[in-house]
Amino acid sequence: MIPTAMYIGLSALLFTIGVLGVLLRRSALMVFMSVELMLNSANLALVTFANQWQSVDAQIMVFFVITVAAAEVAVGLALLVMIFRQKRTTNIDTMTSLKG
Amino acid sequence: MELVLFSVTAIVALIGAVAMLISKNAVHSALFLLLNFGAIAVLYLLLQAPFLFAVQLIVYAGAIIVLFLFVVMLLGAERDEDEASNLRWQTPVALVMAALLVGEVIYLLMTPATQTVGEQAQSFASPTQIAQSLFSTHLFPFEVAAFVLLTALIGVVTLHQRRS
Repeated sequence: MIPTAMYIGLSALLFTIGVLGVLLRRSALMVFMSVELMLNSANLALVTFANQWQSVDAQIMVFFVITVAAAEVAVGLALLVMIFRQKRTTNIDTMTSLKG
Repeated sequence: MELVLFSVTAIVALIGAVAMLISKNAVHSALFLLLNFGAIAVLYLLLQAPFLFAVQLIVYAGAIIVLFLFVVMLLGAERDEDEASNLRWQTPVALVMAALLVGEVIYLLMTPATQTVGEQAQSFASPTQIAQSLFSTHLFPFEVAAFVLLTALIGVVTLHQRRS
C-alpha cells in the first residue's frame, strides 16, 4: 500500500520540472517537451485519484487529455517548422511578432 | 514490494525529467523524455490502469516522441540556444518560483495522509469497463475528440500547403 500523497508528490515534482523547463529553456522545441511533461504529471495525478476512488471516469479524462496532447503536438510542431523556415531558428526570444 | 517498485520507478521518472531539463542537445532531451514516459507508464500499471499503460506507450512513447525526434532532426536544431539570452534575470526568478511551488507541495503533503493507493478492487478499470463507460456515458466527448483530431489533421495540412 502506497500513500496517495507519494504519487501526488511525484506528480507535483514532475510538474515543477516542466514549469522550470518552460521558464528556463529558450528553444521552442524544449518548451514543447516541457509542456508534454506537465501534461503527463497531471495525468499521473488523475490516474492516482481514479485508483483511490475506484472510479473509471478519471481514466477516461486521461484518455481525452492524451488525445488533445497528440493533436496539440502535431499542430505545434507544424507551426514550429513554418517559423523555422522563415527565421532559421527555434529560439523563442526571436519570435516577437504575430505577423507571419 | 510494491513500495520498492514505486520508489525505483519514481526515481527513474525524476532522473529522466531532470536530465531532459538540463541536457543541452535536443535529441538527448527527447530521449530522456522517452525514459520519463516509460517510467510513468509503469506507474500506470502499478495504479491498475492497464489500458492507459498501453495508450501511454503507443501514443506518447511511440507517436509523440518520434514526432519530436523527427522535427529536431529535420530542422537540425539540436543546439539552438547557444547564444546568451537577453533576459538573464529570468533564471533566478524561475528557480525561486519553482522552489515556492515545491515548498507548497511539501506543506500540503505534511498534512496527515490517510488514503492509500493499492489493491482494494481487482480490476475496476479493465479495458472492457473503460470501453463501456467511453461508449455510453462519455460518448459525446468521444465524438468531440474525434473532431479535434480531424481539425488538427486539416490544420497541419493547410499550414504546409505551398501557396501557388
